[in-house]
Amino acid sequence: MSHDTLLAVRNLSVEFATPRGVVRAVRDVSLEVRRGECLAVVGESGSGKSQLFLGSLGLLASRGRAHGSVTFDGRELLGPDPTALREALGTRLGVVFQDPMNSLTPHLTIGRQLAEVALDRGLLGAQEARTRCLEVLRAVRMPEPEARVRQYPHELSGGQRQRAAIAMALMTRPELIVADEPTTALDVTVQAQVIDVLREARGRGLALVLITHDLGVVAEIADRVAVMYAGRIVEQAPVREFFAAPAHPYAAALLASVPRLDTPPGERLAGIEGQPPEPGEERPGCAFAPRCAAALETCRQTRPQLRATGSRSVACHAPLAGAGFAP
Amino acid sequence: MAGSTPASATTDGGLWADARHRLRSNRAAVGAAALIVLLLAAALLGPVVSPYALDHVDWNLSPLASPPSLANGHWFGTDSNGRDLFARVWAGTQVSLLVALLATAVSVVIGVAWGATAGYLGGRVDGWMMRVVDVLYALPYMFFVIILTVVFGRSLWLIFLAIGAVGWLTMARIVRGQALALRSREFVTAAVTLGLPAHRIIARHIVPNVLGTVIVYATLTVPQVILFESFLSFLGLGVQEPYTSLGRLVAEGAAEMETAPWQLLAPSAVLALLLLALNFLGDGLRDALDPRQG
Repeated sequence: MSHDTLLAVRNLSVEFATPRGVVRAVRDVSLEVRRGECLAVVGESGSGKSQLFLGSLGLLASRGRAHGSVTFDGRELLGPDPTALREALGTRLGVVFQDPMNSLTPHLTIGRQLAEVALDRGLLGAQEARTRCLEVLRAVRMPEPEARVRQYPHELSGGQRQRAAIAMALMTRPELIVADEPTTALDVTVQAQVIDVLREARGRGLALVLITHDLGVVAEIADRVAVMYAGRIVEQAPVREFFAAPAHPYAAALLASVPRLDTPPGERLAGIEGQPPEPGEERPGCAFAPRCAAALETCRQTRPQLRATGSRSVACHAPLAGAGFAP
Repeated sequence: MAGSTPASATTDGGLWADARHRLRSNRAAVGAAALIVLLLAAALLGPVVSPYALDHVDWNLSPLASPPSLANGHWFGTDSNGRDLFARVWAGTQVSLLVALLATAVSVVIGVAWGATAGYLGGRVDGWMMRVVDVLYALPYMFFVIILTVVFGRSLWLIFLAIGAVGWLTMARIVRGQALALRSREFVTAAVTLGLPAHRIIARHIVPNVLGTVIVYATLTVPQVILFESFLSFLGLGVQEPYTSLGRLVAEGAAEMETAPWQLLAPSAVLALLLLALNFLGDGLRDALDPRQG
């Protein structure tokens, strides 16, 4: 762990007790986020990417349980003492949710919601909080911030609400923001604005964890990519190298399924055959093997471990050529 | 969207200030509030301005039950014992209002706090808190009140206590159900990610969202309480003669309905007006507390 590591997740597993037995949503995941860096976690629905961060931040539903270690700036968040987590949340560590329609409390004006944490922690006085509200609302390019602070969430459009949510996360000048699909519920033009806002926030030295299934967003803003499949990280790479030459067959298939401007008209988009495994399913070998075109016999027998070469790592017995991994 | 209509461009005085502003623009609610104030004033002043005390028997009348008359000063008539109904109705209104408002307030405060805490915390805490409610529900209520009267003697305060002690149970169940649903809403999770302590989340994010339901239920509780009080008084556990309450007056008036209809008319008109106004006000409050009503 280098000295500039901000968030370090070590061997994190997230399990849910269900009537049909224990479902493991996240399996033994380790990753790091450095100061000022943007890490994108991509994967399809059910790959465990959201649960990974809910688990890291102690926000699981009551049936969920997280095992492993998560440290933020060297302090353990998942230990028996919740003080470290409570101190980090809302001040040094902000969270932005997917659905801006529901993530703001309906009966509090934008100004009051934004100021709430700062006032609760005694970080700012009432007057300072008001000034800071306008500052962050301007930072997220909210039109007419003076009028917005007096309005209720339902009086704002979806994009404005998401910007208000981001502004709320920025209030206390955090070092890390975790954004769980911040653009998914928005339409394309508004998505672009929200991405711009996040990019600008990064310009001020903020680290960002972006959970998304939109590879276009990843290409625009991320420094590094972690690809999740069936609760595990299957590939991690700097974003440029990842888009140039994905190493894991699943990552390659994911990239191939994105429509491109240079795709000839009329051509069918490449899909991935089959279905991802059921959440409760346990099998030996690689979880992607049944859907993988390049699967070997060993792929069905033994699970590939994550192995690193330089700045990249992959969990595959037969990584694709061009990514620099030995087969 | 995002239009700054005059109603929304209010000063940011918080939930209550904005609610007050919205309430003022609701004509039915304002009218209801005015009516309540009027009835309250009448209840306070009525017994004072009446030429007769509420327990004074007017032996000059024959028969003792006299219809309303301006000439002899019995403006609402007299009851079968020759006592002035004007004085008695307003004195009864005082008692009924006091019982209704205090008992409802007790049940709202305890019920909302208990229910919101149980619903928000969930799990084992919720289980235990709601079992306590179930056990109290199962106690025979009349038995409970009778024991209280035997131990502490009859008093008006005992009625507040007894009615409030039972009224909060239903309130707690209603609020708990709502809090349980709100707990999984994203804005509550968002509040948790801000690291806010549980009591603050309950106070700022759960309770204001259940207030609409609470207020409507509270306005429904008021008439229940008024009627309950008259039932207790009928059993001899509530207000004692010569003091009276609207519920008692209505019950006595109903008995003489065919021979002296004014005895029923006066107290029931006041009771009906009071309940109507409370319902309109409750309705207006519910709308005023929901910022989406604009």
